[in-house]
Amino acid sequence: MKRGIVGLLLLMLASTGVAGVLPEDRADVLLHSYDGGGVTIQGPSLLVRKQFAQKFSVSANYYVDKVSSASIDVITTASPYKEQRTQKSVGFDYLHDRWTMNLGVISSVENDYSAKTFTFGVSQDVFGDLTTISLGYSLGNNEVRRRGDATFHDTVKMQSYRLGLSQILTKNLLVGLSFETITDEGFLNNPYRQVRYADSGSPIGYSYEREIYPRTHTSDAASLRMRYYLPWRAAVSAEYRDYHDTWGIEGGTFEVGYTHPVDRWTFDGKIRSYSQTKGNFYSDLFPRSHYQNFIARDKELSTFSSQSISIGATYDIMKGGWKFIEKGSLNIVFDHFMFDYQDFRDLRTIAATPGTEPLYNFDADVFEFFASFWF
Amino acid sequence: MANIRIRRAVTSAALAVLVCCVVGGCSIEPWVKPYERDHMADKIMSLDPNPVSSAYIDHVHDAREGARGATGGAGGGCGCN
Repeated sequence: MKRGIVGLLLLMLASTGVAGVLPEDRADVLLHSYDGGGVTIQGPSLLVRKQFAQKFSVSANYYVDKVSSASIDVITTASPYKEQRTQKSVGFDYLHDRWTMNLGVISSVENDYSAKTFTFGVSQDVFGDLTTISLGYSLGNNEVRRRGDATFHDTVKMQSYRLGLSQILTKNLLVGLSFETITDEGFLNNPYRQVRYADSGSPIGYSYEREIYPRTHTSDAASLRMRYYLPWRAAVSAEYRDYHDTWGIEGGTFEVGYTHPVDRWTFDGKIRSYSQTKGNFYSDLFPRSHYQNFIARDKELSTFSSQSISIGATYDIMKGGWKFIEKGSLNIVFDHFMFDYQDFRDLRTIAATPGTEPLYNFDADVFEFFASFWF
Repeated sequence: MANIRIRRAVTSAALAVLVCCVVGGCSIEPWVKPYERDHMADKIMSLDPNPVSSAYIDHVHDAREGARGATGGAGGGCGCN
């Protein structure tokens, strides 16, 4: 069915055409910080886009995660660790006739995981520029390794199919639709994470063994976004995303936001709610060793919900321009997350009966500071 | 079941728009005229005003939630241990 939609769109894109627009010339420098659940992650992200010859645009991004982890998984079954993930990407946009095409390559390297992703997309404005339709495809080839085990090496192949539609419905209302199907094939679990199973021979009543995941995973996600211009020059936004996959997880995300400019300032506020059901091979405590073919105790596959609140402020600088810079902005964003797990237990507490430990929960704070320049 | 119905409704709506586009050959008169789009041109109406920030927060969500996709970005790696 999805392949049919893609074919239909490709046919349409080949036969029609209106105006297309290249991305703005822009540079962003961002510093990010995550702190929650015993994990801290910091790093920079640099993004630069530049047009040339009025029909080409190139972009480059450099992104780093410096991770220091003593998460609940790590402190119950392993030792705290530090690592760094570095991601580099380059992109190329081409404006032809009345549509745009983009190509990109993303490379990500950790000491135990490497990923290379190729992306391709086309987009076109139709209906007198009231509608923008976009199609995308990504192909990723990843390598998985395990620290301290030179014999372990496996691969993951990822493919993503994307369809997007944005629509100006009235002079004040903008709506966006997105669909994405992602398929993975290969070694899909964390090579360190373990499940626990009831073991009467253990003093604490349970033991650990390595996770075993299926080698295929396909997911479908659909999202609907809207943004409405209010009479006093402000905007409200809302978004809903529906998700399901072949591992039995069903998830829903709901977000509402408000944007209010005051002179050189722009203030943003958002509330987001996410919930999901567990994967069909997830359990906090299996009845015995190798209880079934596939076993997992990854809390991201458990039944849980998270709520978050986000506030942000932007201050416009260089309004009259400076040398080759037309304008700029300074930005700060703060997010507070609250995760509550319904079937993942906190094993820092030893219970008389395994499986009766308190349920796990944690809060996380995320800060972003960034400067943006248009030229 | 409710999710499946919502998904089907959203898919059907998108297909209807696409079929209209193909059959109509984009000859439909734009019902919001170019001179009525000053609100749409305002920066506060951008669906993604700060790509570097939205890509980062999408990564924060992806690394901690089972759900993925339909956020408008593409990435690589895990960063989720």
